[in-house]
Amino acid sequence: MSDAGNARQVAMGVLSNATAGHLGKLWGAWADKPAFHRVRGPETGLVMVRGRAGGGGNPFNLGEATVTRATVRLDTGEVGHAYCLGRDGDKVVQAALFDALWQRDPETVEAQVLAPLRAEQAEADKLRRDETAATRVDFFTMVRGDD
Amino acid sequence: MYVAVKGGEAAIANAHRLLADRRRGDRNVPALRLDQIVEQLGLAVDRTMGEGSLYDRELAALAIVQARGDLIEAIFLVRAYRTTLPRFGYSRPIDTGAMLIERRVSATFKDLPGGQLLGPTFDYTHRLLDPSLMGEGPVDEPAARDSAPEAAPRVTDMLGHQGLIEPDVNEDQDAVGDLTREPLEFPLNRDLRLQALARGDEGFLLALGYSTQRGYGRSHPFVGEIRIGEVEVELDIPELGFALNLGRIRVTECQMVNKFKGNAKVPPQFTRGYGLVFGQAERKAMAMSLVDRSLRARELGEDVNHPAQDEEFVIAHSDNVQSTGFVEHLKLPHYVDFQGELGLLREMRAEHDADQEAAE
Repeated sequence: MSDAGNARQVAMGVLSNATAGHLGKLWGAWADKPAFHRVRGPETGLVMVRGRAGGGGNPFNLGEATVTRATVRLDTGEVGHAYCLGRDGDKVVQAALFDALWQRDPETVEAQVLAPLRAEQAEADKLRRDETAATRVDFFTMVRGDD
Repeated sequence: MYVAVKGGEAAIANAHRLLADRRRGDRNVPALRLDQIVEQLGLAVDRTMGEGSLYDRELAALAIVQARGDLIEAIFLVRAYRTTLPRFGYSRPIDTGAMLIERRVSATFKDLPGGQLLGPTFDYTHRLLDPSLMGEGPVDEPAARDSAPEAAPRVTDMLGHQGLIEPDVNEDQDAVGDLTREPLEFPLNRDLRLQALARGDEGFLLALGYSTQRGYGRSHPFVGEIRIGEVEVELDIPELGFALNLGRIRVTECQMVNKFKGNAKVPPQFTRGYGLVFGQAERKAMAMSLVDRSLRARELGEDVNHPAQDEEFVIAHSDNVQSTGFVEHLKLPHYVDFQGELGLLREMRAEHDADQEAAE
């Protein structure tokens, strides 16, 4: 895979993991909204989520999850895709638009959209980790009896 | 002759209207919102997602409120809904080793990389009803301890290198069985069993797991590890040519480690049972791992003597939507069947009485 493909893959992952509220605000704040049309969707379907026996063994089908996808084309030609867990069509269209805009101007999308989304996700994960860490068991040994 | 009997349309319509009224209950009590169910009845939501085999918290909450809290009915609703949606594809297998962990305990190893993390557990509570929850009093924010991201490898992978625990078998086979697409044909491979167990009824699997502990297919289990947390779901997207991260789901994983005396081919070692369930569902994941291990009896050359080892018995009866369908259909009109049986019994009784008289 090319580096550009890899960078886009990472960017799209950040968009998929965004909360609908935050992504909606960022789209609302995007100054120069492009003209576009919807090529596909948003449409909701299912993805069969797989696990592995024992965690690392042969795959099996765990169960399905709702996923919504959309494809948009900007008037300047870029085609943006998005697939996100859940059923929020507005979020997915916004994610697809930012994917298309990223292809046109990755620096601006990175600075105005991806960076704040990353920061929000990192902060939420840090809080979750710290709350869990407070429940970590610190074992100690009681020495009993005469020495 | 088949006699069609019609009637009851008005009764059915009014029954459904009455159901809607009783579901809502006293109009002076505020209606439940879905976000209240998602946030405050989260484990009911998780059970509905797991056994409904559909990860969508809001839909599960809707099903619960529509079903008046009857979780098997809610699971039924979720299963019916999923049939209305197209399938976009199969995800890449989730990596539970890379989980954002919210709880992680091992009963076999005290000191683990990543630590023992109790998380939001009912364990060690005193099971006393808490009257303070009858009000709307404030709830403390959780404690937090500054921590850096830390690798927490699966316990079974750590023990594996000593050769004392069976390793995962990863043949990377393409054909993964899918019971939502093809009817089950026994005997099953483990992939199909795990799929069926993951959506199986918690109560049924709990009872079967318990039966193995009480001696009906003893499997000497230890909890190698339970972990709960979020994992990424990735899907290969043909139009992009790469896999896309779709977001995260919460799952519960249980690694059961079972003493095994070995056989002609395999030296004595620990074998394993595996549980993986949507959401926070620790009891279900544990039961699943016990039953997964007991259903490996045939593969491991053990005698199959007990219900929990009988694949067809377990898997054919583990689905609560199927079970409830067949049990509950008995209450639907069987007037003609019953009249037929009644006629047959009358004849048998007449013959019986005639034989009795002849014998006297």
